[in-house]
Amino acid sequence: MKTDNPVIYLDNNATTMVAPEVLEEMLPYFSQWYGNPSSMHSFGGMVGRKIRQARERLAALLGASDEEIIFTSCGTESDSTAIYAALQANPDRKHIITSRVEHPAVKNLCDHLSKNGYRVTTIGVDKDGNLDLDELYGHLTPDTAIVSLMWANNETGVIFPAEEIAEKTAAAGILFHTDAVQAVGKLPIDLKTNSIDMLSLSGHKLHAPKGIGALYVRKGTKFSPFLIGGHQEKGRRGGTENTASIIGLGKAAELAAQKMAEENTRVLQLRDRLETELVKRVPHSFVNGKAARRLPNTASIAFEFVEGEAILLLMNEHGICASSGSACTSGSLEPSHVLRAMGVPFTAAHGTIRFSLSVYNTEAEIDFVIDRVPDIIERLRQMSPFWKSGACAA
Amino acid sequence: MWEYTDKVKDHFLNPRNVGEIENADGVGEVGSLACGDALTLYIKLDENKRIKEAKFKTFGCASAIASSSALTEMVIGKTLEEAQQITNEQIAEYLGGLPKEKMHCSVMGRDALEKAISCYLGKDTKAIDGEIVCECFGVTDHQIERAVRENKLTTVEAVTDYVKAGGGCGKCHDKIQEIIDAVLGAQKPKMAAPVKGKLTNIQKVKLVEETLAREIQPSLRKDGGDIELVDIDGNTVFVRLKGSCSQCKMSQVTLKHYVQTKLQELVTPEITVEEVTS
Repeated sequence: MKTDNPVIYLDNNATTMVAPEVLEEMLPYFSQWYGNPSSMHSFGGMVGRKIRQARERLAALLGASDEEIIFTSCGTESDSTAIYAALQANPDRKHIITSRVEHPAVKNLCDHLSKNGYRVTTIGVDKDGNLDLDELYGHLTPDTAIVSLMWANNETGVIFPAEEIAEKTAAAGILFHTDAVQAVGKLPIDLKTNSIDMLSLSGHKLHAPKGIGALYVRKGTKFSPFLIGGHQEKGRRGGTENTASIIGLGKAAELAAQKMAEENTRVLQLRDRLETELVKRVPHSFVNGKAARRLPNTASIAFEFVEGEAILLLMNEHGICASSGSACTSGSLEPSHVLRAMGVPFTAAHGTIRFSLSVYNTEAEIDFVIDRVPDIIERLRQMSPFWKSGACAA
Repeated sequence: MWEYTDKVKDHFLNPRNVGEIENADGVGEVGSLACGDALTLYIKLDENKRIKEAKFKTFGCASAIASSSALTEMVIGKTLEEAQQITNEQIAEYLGGLPKEKMHCSVMGRDALEKAISCYLGKDTKAIDGEIVCECFGVTDHQIERAVRENKLTTVEAVTDYVKAGGGCGKCHDKIQEIIDAVLGAQKPKMAAPVKGKLTNIQKVKLVEETLAREIQPSLRKDGGDIELVDIDGNTVFVRLKGSCSQCKMSQVTLKHYVQTKLQELVTPEITVEEVTS
């Protein structure tokens, strides 16, 4: 990347900048206040009180009570904890339901469990990425231990009706877990008013640091710890607390609650402008999941007949950071399983770019991207054997 | 982000010889939209049958474009015989190396060159050479054999890096392994057939060992785990789980629903499996 260009960071579904307010609140807990929150002395006790405040802040963002929050190391740990806890709570039930578009944290765990005595049903999505609810409800059986579905998709931003599904699963006596890593901080969530049993989140998706996550477990849900050790987190997750990061997550939760309205208005406007202009200026391009209800910050745009990694690297030359659903960026050889599950043709799946915004993005940045990307696509198309005179040559 | 050499970056950002040759003497087309990369190579010869012009059009990632660009630079000025000697390794070396996962881009270049030369010589370049092994990427047994032989590949993962075979659904992994074994002259010993009737102790021990090695260990190792045989007492097989299996909360499910079931199926239905944890 050329260093004379400022970075335009549009990869916030991958990770976010630590908010300055978050960093400021964390710093003293690396140096000045380094006590162990489990210690009996007041030096550690003060840290313990700060962790309590973080728990209350996060609980407030989720509409939960603070004893329902377990701090973990990341979203993946939260997902694994939730699913294993559900299986252990119902040892006679051997059926898991999930979807075809889950994050690898759930997808690969379910693949693993399917080889180890569990029956896993993966529910499909339509061309817009909406979950097939009839298919889902048709698979609920007395043998189902858990339904685990993401709240919002990390690639397309498509939102699943998690609250509605939770009502159905609760009525059927089945535990419902949602991987809400992309939803928390972007969508209003009030766990007091729905039947979601467990919810995973990750700090670095909402301007807290990497390496901190949390799992919400509804009071009364049978639970067994994933990490067995000390008495931390009331025995539900052993291991000395990642103190500064927990405090950072608490502050980030407080900021998210304050900035959600902005995310849902200004960021949405920027995202919509980006989508509209790029699709208008680049022939043979479209928005994946356009017709679905989506996160306000996510744009998954398919540029047909070009390949994603090449687009990303040319954007990188202009300081534009985004992600691709193409195979070549992931080390895999097949394009995104999410796009393939939606039936996005290969012509488009290989050339899909995910732009994910945050409250820190500006209109000028979006204008810059709108100005540069069409030329990048045209340059690659001129090089492509599948492109001739403004149309597909294949 | 992939670690590309400066030369790869240069050929990607400033590709040489992009385009088509209208009256090309030879055209080589490889790859497809479905595969995620494709290359069309055009060559034109001079009166001395040397390649005087080479151009390309590529759909693909940075290393695919860079490999195509490098290939055109390498072939210009060569006779067809000299060009035919170019290997995929030489294309990669010309670029200062490629990530191992991207070696298939260099193979694509070499294949396009061969097709372009065949085209000039009037050979049918559309015919599929061999039997398709990898349905996902349309790779034949001959292509896999050649990649294994030329690049001394020893694993399925390496074959995937070089020719993509096995990089999709994974159903062809066993067949690829068979081809690797055949090329390397290390044919796997055939598994002893289950013995009808009552097994002797030696037969039972041998069958349990073989089943663990051939059927169970490879599967567990894919997930970072492993298993070892500790002892056999009558029909009770004592094993120790290792790696990620040893910490897995589902280890008992693995033992009873997978390991025990497999041993009952392939050795004797009376077998039970017990874990040794000390």
